[in-house]
Amino acid sequence: MRARVFVTLKPSVFDPQGTTVTEALHTLGYGAVKDVRQGKYFELDIDARNTDEARQLASEAADKLLANPVIESYRIEVTA
Amino acid sequence: MKFAVVVFPGSNCDHDAYHAAKHVLREDAELIWHKDTSLKGADVVILPGGFAHGDYLRTGAIARFSPIMQSVKAFAAAGGPVLGICNGFQILLEAGLLPGAMLRNRSLHFRCEHVHVRVEHTDTPFTAAARPHQILRIPIAHGEGNYYAEADVIDRLERNRQVIFRYVTAAGEETDAANPNGSINNIAGITNEARNVVGLMPHPERACELAVGSADGLVVFQSLLKALTLAPATVSAAVSVLEK
Repeated sequence: MRARVFVTLKPSVFDPQGTTVTEALHTLGYGAVKDVRQGKYFELDIDARNTDEARQLASEAADKLLANPVIESYRIEVTA
Repeated sequence: MKFAVVVFPGSNCDHDAYHAAKHVLREDAELIWHKDTSLKGADVVILPGGFAHGDYLRTGAIARFSPIMQSVKAFAAAGGPVLGICNGFQILLEAGLLPGAMLRNRSLHFRCEHVHVRVEHTDTPFTAAARPHQILRIPIAHGEGNYYAEADVIDRLERNRQVIFRYVTAAGEETDAANPNGSINNIAGITNEARNVVGLMPHPERACELAVGSADGLVVFQSLLKALTLAPATVSAAVSVLEK
């Protein structure tokens, strides 16, 4: 099983890196890009019996380590 | 009095802290590798600055799993004084010993300069020898010192007088220009509810001798001498818990 974990700063948290990337894109002429939020992406190769089990494990990993719940939230996609 | 200075792979201010304790304050001090589990009878623990585990994942995120951190947590829970400086502060946040988290500096620049911080409260083991609202000129050196916590956590910190150091101007004014990283409420350092664990981004250990430009940081270390003299029982209790 493969779990993809996307970690981003919570919407309420200022993202100085994302803001800088937005400004750089505007400098390049991409004024259509309204905002950029920068985050982290993890691919977990998981030994699990089914997608539910893989999702559960990835969720625990994100809660305990991959994301800091004070500032970050995450989203998980699981594929067989 | 004995200082334990924890050394993580990537610590780079461990010897500065050791030097301040051993050669400036002239107290006993020992460097303790992060894989050790014993604090070796120390009366105070310092988590030094640097880039523990290369700052991989997030600053301090991997260091919290080092074996020594279990002993540091037990020591802190028993009332022992723990100081986290810069990366050490980030480790205390990730380990849950202090509330909140660090974001990248709002400028995105790594800021390496002297700043002024105001001592907000003197009832911690690391500020006991300071004058109320004393202003210290000490250096910072960090890329992620932008302190953040949810609004209710900030309210609680302020209400409980847990904000211990704040970025100010040389005249002691709390202005946005004096804030080097964007921290909420100009917060430079905080303590826990029990007031024995303190974390701060500036480096007092790098400002303990006039030869390096400022000796204002020395008061943080001298405070321990005063605090341990006033409340030796608390600390010896913390040490004895660890020895069991």
